[in-house]
Amino acid sequence: MSRLLVCPPDYFQIDYEINPWMRRENGVNPTRAVRQWQALMTVLQQDVGVGLERMQPVQGLPDLVFTANAGVVVGRRALVSRFRYPERQREEAYFARWFRDRGYEVLTLDPSRYFEGAGDLLGFPDTWFGGYRQRSDIRAFPKLSEIFQREIIPLELIDSRFYHLDTCFCPLSGGDLLYLPSAFDAYGRAAIAERVTEDRRLAVPEEEALRFACNAVCVGKQVVIPAGCPFTTKLLEDRGYRTHPVQLDEFMKSGGAAKCLTLALD
Amino acid sequence: MTASQETVFLQGHIIDSLILAKVLDTILMMGGTFDLQDVKIGATRDASSQARIVVRAPSGRLLAEILRAIQPHGAAIEREADCRFEPAPAPGVFPEQFYATTHLPTQIRLDGEWVEVEGMEMDLGICVDPAKARARTVPMGTVAAGDLIVTGREGIRVTPLARPAERDVFGFMESLVSSERPHRPVIADIAQRLQKLREWHRQGRAGAKVLFAGGPAIVHAGGREALAWLIESGYIQVLFCGNALAAHDMEAALYGTSLGYGLTAGRSVPHGHEHHLRTINRIRALGSIEQAVRSGVITGGIVAACVRQDVKLVMAGTIRDDGPLPGVLTDSMEAQQAMRAEIQGVGLALLVASTLHAIATGNLLPASVPTVCVDVNPAVPTKLADRGSFQAVGLVMDAASFLTELARELGWRP
Repeated sequence: MSRLLVCPPDYFQIDYEINPWMRRENGVNPTRAVRQWQALMTVLQQDVGVGLERMQPVQGLPDLVFTANAGVVVGRRALVSRFRYPERQREEAYFARWFRDRGYEVLTLDPSRYFEGAGDLLGFPDTWFGGYRQRSDIRAFPKLSEIFQREIIPLELIDSRFYHLDTCFCPLSGGDLLYLPSAFDAYGRAAIAERVTEDRRLAVPEEEALRFACNAVCVGKQVVIPAGCPFTTKLLEDRGYRTHPVQLDEFMKSGGAAKCLTLALD
Repeated sequence: MTASQETVFLQGHIIDSLILAKVLDTILMMGGTFDLQDVKIGATRDASSQARIVVRAPSGRLLAEILRAIQPHGAAIEREADCRFEPAPAPGVFPEQFYATTHLPTQIRLDGEWVEVEGMEMDLGICVDPAKARARTVPMGTVAAGDLIVTGREGIRVTPLARPAERDVFGFMESLVSSERPHRPVIADIAQRLQKLREWHRQGRAGAKVLFAGGPAIVHAGGREALAWLIESGYIQVLFCGNALAAHDMEAALYGTSLGYGLTAGRSVPHGHEHHLRTINRIRALGSIEQAVRSGVITGGIVAACVRQDVKLVMAGTIRDDGPLPGVLTDSMEAQQAMRAEIQGVGLALLVASTLHAIATGNLLPASVPTVCVDVNPAVPTKLADRGSFQAVGLVMDAASFLTELARELGWRP
């Protein structure tokens, strides 16, 4: 059974603005946020059938809820993120401790190489893709490639609204790819086309990408996707995926949705 | 013009991701150029590739902009070390590991900053003044004990010449020596340069001086009038020669002969072999060439034109000289220094009919000075090129024909 790391949104709020989605005056409704998060957990456990590992939330770290940015886990090795913004750098120690306490071998990168975990590193079994320019530093990828023995194709993120790779790029089981082509430049699109054939590339319309259609969690043929993305849902259903729309608009105020709220542990 | 440059290093899966292509395209689109060095392609899909790229731009500001643009794509500036230097152990002696210069634009890194080396010339050392962040070339013989001399090869950057904008014979920037090659277009290009440089010189622009180095064959072969006209017309600002060119030129002025041969009759005249000695003696008696011209003893010819046009005349002596004429520098190191001083600000060098002066001048010239070497013997331009003056255009032809054609091209009508 797949296991995901999650963190309850007890202290989730907009305390600072570090991406174009965040506006302090657009405050989080804590009750709705907790309800939406609980609904996501229910779908993940009951409909998708994954196991959940819950982290202890920490007061003053509102974004700890976005566990996708904790790092990258392969087997028993966890490489912990190095956040670009000081606001989130304080999360690093908590993520590192969680991994260490559970017996993972904890790895870190040179502190000058920003790398925001599974938010910027996604892929298929053989080839990974790394998003850079907005948050992660491209120079982190050669080291990651060496550590995990994987090819990592760097992709420049050219639209600040899609500041992590997982906001515009979602590899699915079976080799399909859900993505927003306009979040990449011609070089990036050509590099994607080189690795994912046309029939496997599922382009999401921008209005649905702005509703975080690409920030989906795919386990086997089950895809948990933010609500309000009918075109993408149909695209997935037509390809034989079973979709599970979940309302997550409270988290979108911070620039995240289903994928950002989880980290695959194995 | 020295282009600014910096070496960057790129690694990772840079080929399939088109990151390398993006970086190179960015450099070009922004107006820079690059040299791709040490490209290593990963042997397997997992293995990353790497490339070392020398980025060049016409100005330091543009280079900085390009580097700013490519750094987010992983192009990291290579850490370069400062240059090393050691005090000269004794007067006229470099430290053992001294760096020997080329005649290409060179920079050294002092305290993290790239400093242009002044007075570029091949086969010298580099003397640094770290306090003033300055560096200049220094000949071995003139180094003082304790002068700080650059050693090793670290922190030294030699820049290849940028291709000049002009699309003339000098645009090739390489020695082309051939007796088969048509002379006319080459001479026309030289004439065009001379015209432009004379204009610039009159406007007081820097780097517009024309240097002429020549041998006595110019007089024997009949190129004296054409050269005198070129000087009188203001096309030449510096003349390098030996005792002989000046002696035969003035012999022609006084006796109408060159080494005893009647220049018009074309045969030796009685006691003609004494003419050059009598000429030298006469000038020695007068005290200086300038005095001989100003007093009306020497009325025409090459050196008279030099005196009238205020052309800087540097005469370097050799061991076979008669006299020599007053003004001839018999200490060859002193002559070298005098020539070196006059090279500053030269924008074109014409080396005609003299192996000795052509090679000596070539050795003193920075590579950035367009140079023409004219000699009937193809070995001379070849030798010049072999000794490193690769920028020299070789023209295998007789000195008189060259000078006459050049002067005619510029409007001389004898």
